[in-house]
Amino acid sequence: MSTVVADSHDAHDEHHDHKPTGIKRWLFTTNHKDIGTLYLWFSFIMFFLGGSFALVIRMELFQPGMQVIDPHFFNQMTTMHGVIMVFGAVMPAFTGLANWMVPLMIGAPDMALPRMNNWSFWILPVAFLIMLSSMFVPGGGPAFGWTFYAPLSTTYSGDSTALFVFAMHIMGMSSIMGAINVIVTIMNMRAPGMTYMKMPLFVWTWFITAFLLIAVMPVLAGVVTMVLTDKFFGTSFFNAAGGGDPVLFQHLFWFFGHPEVYIMILPSFGIVSAIIPAFARKPLFGYASMVYATASIAGLSFLVWAHHMFTTGMPTFASLFFMYMTMLIAVPTGVKVFNWVSTMWRGAMTFETPMLFALAFVVLFTIGGLSGIMLAITPVDYQYHDTYFVVAHFHYVLVSGAVFSIMAAAYYWLPKWSGVMYDEALGKLHFWCSLVSVNILFFPMHFVGLAGMPRRYPDYALQFADINAIVSVGGFLFGFSQLIFLAVVLKCAMKKGEKAPAKPWEGAEGLEWTVPSPAPYHTFDTPPEVK
Amino acid sequence: MKARLTRWFTAMVGLFLTPATLANELRLNMTSGATDMSQTVYDLHMLVFYICVVIGVLVFGIMFWSILRHRKSRGVTPATFHDNVKVEIAWTVIPFLILIGMAVPATLTLLELDNTDDSELSIVVTGSQWRWHYNYLDYDVEFQSILATQNEQTYGRLPKGENYLLEVDRALVIPTDRKVRFLITSDDVIHSWWVPEFAIKKDANPGYINETWTRVNEPGIYRGVCAELCGQGHAFMPIVVIAKKPAEFDAWIQEEESRIAERRAEEERLLDMEMSMDELMELGQNIYLSQCAACHQPNGRGIPGVFPGLVGEGVSVGDRNAHIDIVVNGSAGTAMQSFRASLSMSELAAVITYERNAWGNNTGDRVQPADIHNFIQGNQ
Amino acid sequence: MSTEHHNSTKYYVPDQSIWPIIGALALGLIAFGAGHYTIEYSNETKGFGHYVLGAGLFVLFVMLFGWFRDQINESRSGLYNAQLGESYKQGMLWFIFSEVMFFLAFFGALFYARMIAVPWLGGASNNAMTAEVLWPTFEAIWPLTTTPDGTTTQAMGWLGLPLINTAILVVSSVTLHIAHVALEQGNRGKLKLWLIITLVLGFTFLALQGYEYVHAYRDLGLTLQSGIYGNTFFLLTGFHGLHVTLGAVMLTIMAFRVFAGHFDKDNQFAFAASSWYWHFVDVVWICLFVFVYIL
Ligand code: HEA
Ligand code: HEA
Ligand code: HEC
Ligand code: CUA
Ligand SMILES: [Cu+2]
Repeated sequence: MSTVVADSHDAHDEHHDHKPTGIKRWLFTTNHKDIGTLYLWFSFIMFFLGGSFALVIRMELFQPGMQVIDPHFFNQMTTMHGVIMVFGAVMPAFTGLANWMVPLMIGAPDMALPRMNNWSFWILPVAFLIMLSSMFVPGGGPAFGWTFYAPLSTTYSGDSTALFVFAMHIMGMSSIMGAINVIVTIMNMRAPGMTYMKMPLFVWTWFITAFLLIAVMPVLAGVVTMVLTDKFFGTSFFNAAGGGDPVLFQHLFWFFGHPEVYIMILPSFGIVSAIIPAFARKPLFGYASMVYATASIAGLSFLVWAHHMFTTGMPTFASLFFMYMTMLIAVPTGVKVFNWVSTMWRGAMTFETPMLFALAFVVLFTIGGLSGIMLAITPVDYQYHDTYFVVAHFHYVLVSGAVFSIMAAAYYWLPKWSGVMYDEALGKLHFWCSLVSVNILFFPMHFVGLAGMPRRYPDYALQFADINAIVSVGGFLFGFSQLIFLAVVLKCAMKKGEKAPAKPWEGAEGLEWTVPSPAPYHTFDTPPEVK
Repeated sequence: MKARLTRWFTAMVGLFLTPATLANELRLNMTSGATDMSQTVYDLHMLVFYICVVIGVLVFGIMFWSILRHRKSRGVTPATFHDNVKVEIAWTVIPFLILIGMAVPATLTLLELDNTDDSELSIVVTGSQWRWHYNYLDYDVEFQSILATQNEQTYGRLPKGENYLLEVDRALVIPTDRKVRFLITSDDVIHSWWVPEFAIKKDANPGYINETWTRVNEPGIYRGVCAELCGQGHAFMPIVVIAKKPAEFDAWIQEEESRIAERRAEEERLLDMEMSMDELMELGQNIYLSQCAACHQPNGRGIPGVFPGLVGEGVSVGDRNAHIDIVVNGSAGTAMQSFRASLSMSELAAVITYERNAWGNNTGDRVQPADIHNFIQGNQ
Repeated sequence: MSTEHHNSTKYYVPDQSIWPIIGALALGLIAFGAGHYTIEYSNETKGFGHYVLGAGLFVLFVMLFGWFRDQINESRSGLYNAQLGESYKQGMLWFIFSEVMFFLAFFGALFYARMIAVPWLGGASNNAMTAEVLWPTFEAIWPLTTTPDGTTTQAMGWLGLPLINTAILVVSSVTLHIAHVALEQGNRGKLKLWLIITLVLGFTFLALQGYEYVHAYRDLGLTLQSGIYGNTFFLLTGFHGLHVTLGAVMLTIMAFRVFAGHFDKDNQFAFAASSWYWHFVDVVWICLFVFVYIL
């Protein structure tokens, strides 16, 4: 029933690496590596699904007029695209990376609570099946945007809202359990000598992310509950006639939502902080300031939520407060960007695929961050808000930010996971196709946005036609470029490729490179000594 | 198409390299608008934009420099430094100062934008799925404004006109050179009233009123849209504002007041008259297509689970009074709002008659304006 | 913390288990069933929702039973080490923290309604026109006994039942603490006595709470539908009640285990966790009593 691993010195030997086989291995697993793999594959599938929905959106927006789908279905597509990408693709990808890497990086044998770990994972496919099934309820699926503003999501929504709410509930439980696991693992399972200020930045950023998660996911659970009771049980939290306020919904949602967007970027910072020093062959510049900057970003993220609500008619002093706080975030984020650039400065760089993605991340994320600063300027946000300028902003930070960093991480650690080197030529091809197409896709969105094209529009005025056509072409190019990535990953999964050494990257540092590739099923049964 | 592409491409490059005016001409940048306020907002936008461009150029410049020079293939040996308190302080403090530089003008602009005092005219703007109602508070003028683009254009059966999706049946009229205050609210979900040329975007929250204002300099036609997701018709509830010289505006509003008064009198007269089936059906069809079809669909079949179908089921082929009731009073807590205020008695009568006889419903019932009148009286 | 590694000569890594995935299945059935049941309930149609929900609850129950059984057996056969115990403790504490945040959402709604939404509807701040044009007759008072659309209700006073309930819950926290101390001292008799007293107090609280709801619905016309006052009242007290129920169930299980001779000074994580949970529920109630009833 249970494994007791003696404190033996040959714990790293391959023949000790016994593992369960068959389907049971995956269903019942408590192994952090297996669970990490499950998370990553799940996220990959969700990325393709959410991406296909995006392509449906882009297909409809290719020309003015309604050609392919009707407006109601269009709204379902935007909603599902947002929900799936955020909760199904990016967050699980990060959790998968945390599962794989955090124990390896701190010298722990596994996550602290391995069974709960399995539970957190398996809730996700179940939750998303329910979420997707809601599209087949009479009246169609959720069509109120991933932000599900009341009262569009309450009084004026379809029946499927009930399924949406309950799916969100269990998804939230999964995230909370995942986050608790990360926190406890980091606090309690570090190898001797692995002090907090020696932890790799990926561990640090995930540690902080996990706190954000347990602080805000419950608030999301609360707000979806209120949506449920408002819609089905006659309460009026978001209804003025009963003394409530629709704007209350937005406060609660964004109190969750803004930290949520940082949940989707802080682990990226950790990944990039691992990759850039490795390929610049030079220690990370300003380790301590990186940690403090991450913590400040996380702290500030609780004080900026209403920058999504400048047009809701808040009193002026509130708008000003939230504007100042939002602008402040540029300072710690700037520290990070400058640290990365200084790490490259006078290094000896090579440009393997992980590095390429990391470099693209730095540039494109910064572009997204700078447009974020523009959005923070309240009086101008009156013009930007709910236009494609916002869509451009968040896809820069999310796609060429978060998603690129996930791809960088995948290339960086695939040899460790699979034991074989990925196909460098394909990797480079994937990178260049992605880099070019992602910019054809999202850069022009800034311009249609400024020119006045609102978001969540299934149809638009003629002056936006040209740019939308270009954007759509970019969307398809970017989408199909990801098939290259799929090919790369599949090749590794099928062990086709050169055998990878324990440490395939010359400049890489960290405990994960001290174990063989592929990492044995059980690592660090005996805690390593960290000096 | 190719010419457009090149035009677009030059503009993209142009936005970075040459003055923003080029991008403006090509309508790829924010409009500088038609008011002093919108000009201020535009200037602020360009200021922040340029600051961001400079920061970007500096950061990426240094980065590309090291990518070019500090690469292993050039045989460099990596340095080992990993800290420098002085530069770290510098790059914490300098961004902070830059931010203050942006915050000051932003604050001043916002204070002005949010100040609705001393307005000379107040208009209540009410959003509802999917149209705008305008009510001039100090005058007896009230009307609604609905998308005028025909469905056929949307579905590709007719060529799209120049103002595709940006045209309405009745535009809002305001005077130039006066501070006009908009009191924005909603009947159902949240909408957002946005006219880019005025730099105004304010959410219409049901049950609350948000205030905003404008003072237009030049007479003209200004177009806007609904900017908050409000359901399927979100893209189909544009805004058109006509700004007239004060004198012309005064004349217009007077004319409008008397027209509305006349129409009321006409309504009174109609109460005693019988409308013929053809009259009712014709008027009814117009009203139905403009007011009801967005939800119940032109073919009356609705959208299952969201909007009920009216063909061969429900009150449309059932109890006449229940039918009148739901159209007149709406159904509380659903998207079906009350049409008592927005439609006249004859229009109500016509649309109900239409529903009872169109699409093979053939109940043969005629509902007369007087029936509606009596129903409302009886209700009170 | 990491110093503990030196003391322990072995790591304990829990082995595979079927319960987590059964748990995922259970939650899935519950969510799917509850969703469909809600739809059916509001459309007044009949369907399969409640069956699925029931099945889900059943599977959840089986899962909890099985999981805890395995856990208890492993723990009692001495497989666990101090490090795992520490992980459990920290896990529980952070779980309680997330519960605090859940309640914060509802308290946030309460504060927002009282301090912002209702005053604005009455014309405060930048909402003078809201009151003037939309709600000319509305009066902003708290408790909001007449909503803007004219629904009326009565407020729940704090004297009487709520006060008694507060006393009961606070005392139950103290009695539980006494029991816990007794456990640490190895005084089994005292432990059993005070644990039983705690349970009696807990269930009395729940019964009185139920009675209060009946009173609210029948005599005061205070329902889930009576505007934001009733909404915040019922959701806050309701979720609190659910947590008390969960806490009471946990303590009941602890009582069975105590009577079965489980736990000692060094091996009492489950007991400690249940007792933290109980104290947490108590603290939430005190906030609730102050902000929902008194103020
Ligand atoms: C990963 C996700 C992510 C990240 C990291 C960010 C980062 C930021 N975001 Fe973004 N944002 C989103 C995801 C994200 N956002 C999403 C999804 C939405 C839309 C939600 C919806 O409505 O659906 C959104 C919307 C959004 C809005 C609302 C727009 C609107 O609806 O009107 C605003 C407004 O303030 C904003 C601001 C910012 C700011 C200031 C940052 C900052 O953190 C950026 C900081 C970074 C930099 C500034 C660059 C690096 C710094 C330097 C090089 C230093 C020097 C710089 C200066 C001195 C300026 N974001
Ligand atoms: C991390 C999050 C994330 C990611 C990765 C993306 C990725 C993409 N998004 Fe984004 N998007 C959001 C988060 C994200 N998005 C959010 C939060 C919103 C707001 C939603 C809302 O308004 O509520 C949004 C909204 C949004 C809009 C605005 C919709 C509207 O306002 O009406 C658009 C429009 O172009 C868009 C496009 C795209 C495109 C083209 C991609 C591309 O990157 C996708 C790439 C494509 C693929 C990866 C597909 C690969 C598939 C194939 C090659 C086909 C094979 C098919 C099968 C195997 C079935 N997204
Ligand atoms: C914004 C959407 C919307 C618009 C516009 C709308 N309706 Fe409705 N209508 C609804 C909804 C939703 C219902 C269902 C109400 C309910 O469930 O009580 C409904 C119900 C009805 C019913 C009752 C159907 C039945 O058999 O129960 C009739 C009749 C009706 N509408 C007529 C009209 C007419 C006439 C108009 C235009 C003048 C109109 N509707 C405009 C959304 C709309
Ligand atoms: Cu009205 Cu969008
Ligand atoms: Cu934000």
